[in-house]
Amino acid sequence: MRLNKPQLLFTYIVLGAWSVIVLFPIWTLIVNSFKPQKQIFKDPFGLPETFTLDGYREAWNNGRFDLYFINTLIVTAIALGLILFIGSMAAYALAKWKSPISNFLYIFFIAGLMIPIRLGTLDLVRLIKTLNLQDTYWSLIPVYVAMGMPIATFVLTAFIKELPGEMFEAAKIDGASEWQVYSRIVLPLMRPALATVAIFNMIKIWNDFWFPLVFIRAEESRTVALGVSLLFGQYRTDWTRALAVLSLAAVPMLILYMILAREFIKGLTAGAVKG
Amino acid sequence: MTRAQEIFSVKNRQKITWVLFLLPAVIMYLVFMAGPLFDSLRLSLYQGEGYNPTTFVGMQNYRDLFTNPLWREKFFNAFTNTCIFFAIHMLVQNTLGLLFANLLSSEFRGRNFFRTVIFAPATLSVLVTGFLWTLILNPNWGAVNKAFIAMGLREFALPWLGRENLALPVISLTSVWQWVGMPTVMFLAGLMGISDELLEAARIDGASEWNIFWKIKFPLLKPVIGVVAILTFVDNFNAFDVIYAMAGAKGEPSYSADLLATLFYRTGIAGEHPVGIPNMGMGAAIATITFAILMSGVLFWLYFSRKQATE
Repeated sequence: MRLNKPQLLFTYIVLGAWSVIVLFPIWTLIVNSFKPQKQIFKDPFGLPETFTLDGYREAWNNGRFDLYFINTLIVTAIALGLILFIGSMAAYALAKWKSPISNFLYIFFIAGLMIPIRLGTLDLVRLIKTLNLQDTYWSLIPVYVAMGMPIATFVLTAFIKELPGEMFEAAKIDGASEWQVYSRIVLPLMRPALATVAIFNMIKIWNDFWFPLVFIRAEESRTVALGVSLLFGQYRTDWTRALAVLSLAAVPMLILYMILAREFIKGLTAGAVKG
Repeated sequence: MTRAQEIFSVKNRQKITWVLFLLPAVIMYLVFMAGPLFDSLRLSLYQGEGYNPTTFVGMQNYRDLFTNPLWREKFFNAFTNTCIFFAIHMLVQNTLGLLFANLLSSEFRGRNFFRTVIFAPATLSVLVTGFLWTLILNPNWGAVNKAFIAMGLREFALPWLGRENLALPVISLTSVWQWVGMPTVMFLAGLMGISDELLEAARIDGASEWNIFWKIKFPLLKPVIGVVAILTFVDNFNAFDVIYAMAGAKGEPSYSADLLATLFYRTGIAGEHPVGIPNMGMGAAIATITFAILMSGVLFWLYFSRKQATE
């Protein structure tokens, strides 16, 4: 619909005001991380008069952020790979196998969308200890994979059900096995849905703080989120460093978001859209 | 082999194939999610120190939680705070989301830009958001108070996170700042699904935008409102990170921002002063109660959305 002048004005005022409220903290975060402490207090909003990388240098050396990044990358990549692989296999069976078992399993998986896995943390702590994985980042991977199953089965099953059935039938008549149908036909067709699931889980896993907090203490196993919380505690009074640490955690995701905004929005709201 | 046997075996083989496709996902989900969730129920019936509470005590943990003054006060404080935290999201976040979505649903220059900006904080880590806002709200140097003082409103330059009656609402609003993009996008999708002809017809009949919103759009959005409400409920009844970042694990000042999740963390995982040893049985009891609250909310929603759909 086209807006008349007063409507347009109202729209711009409301959305413009909120945009300032959103962008202003992000701006202060990034711009002040390059200023010495004194200048932050004197002029918290402007561009840096004297440009410094001290905060970043300190965070990188003292906090071993290089390590935290690699750890988080490894955990995120392996967990995502597994979620997409076993999630899509399960979704294929859930969509094509008509039986009471598959109906039950579908509901069983979907129920996990509404029940946060955190409530089972105490048993997970015991389980991780039994598996002798405590204090390693490997402990995070199975938990994240389990956590990703509801959204993966929800989105991917719905997607496969929408695909025309004749395609599968034709391949089967030609003698293809289910595995071949899945890997050669379904998987390539599923790419957009896989991207949605990947983004949803990537943001959740990359930003997760709870499980690293509970499972991990050792420096060499820390993730970015855990590193941020520990360093922020140390640097509370040194704003340059504190802001540098926060920027290090926030900026990679923000850059990805700017490139892939549409996909991010679709991915993060995937759980809410009826399949 | 008779023909019947052959069909049977082919069918069987097909069944086994499907089971193999499902197996890895089912195992991971069972062992690392569903199992621990249900085992928490069992754990809540035990007491004992450390990681293996072995003394079976029946409902004693629950009895303590509801009647022992030491626990009762903590529990109901955390429960009330969680309700307030949720209510602020429900009212402020979702009302703002509805307003933004309604504005974004018309055509004007910059629409995509605004949508992208409104959603941006949702991609940040909750922890980072929390820490960032503690700096911005810092009473001495924070930008918020600087801005108030610059505008001549010195009386508004308050210690936002230091007062018992302010900390929880302020933290809730920080979280609203981060998540308002979610309802905005969901409502927007719902609004885009409403037929243009319907709205045009109402406009030609001389209906005001206000009336069109309340008489046409709002009723048609009801299913989306239901989804947004239940997601807000589930997400916020379980919130932890933002409190941990802005008020610490104890929900300071003096437990005024303590939520069920922070109480759960202190009781079952970190161990609370003066004992310092996790009380897993009691932690599991708190988790189980949270689970029960979430389940009843979800079932309530399912019942009503079904009922509405069949009407």
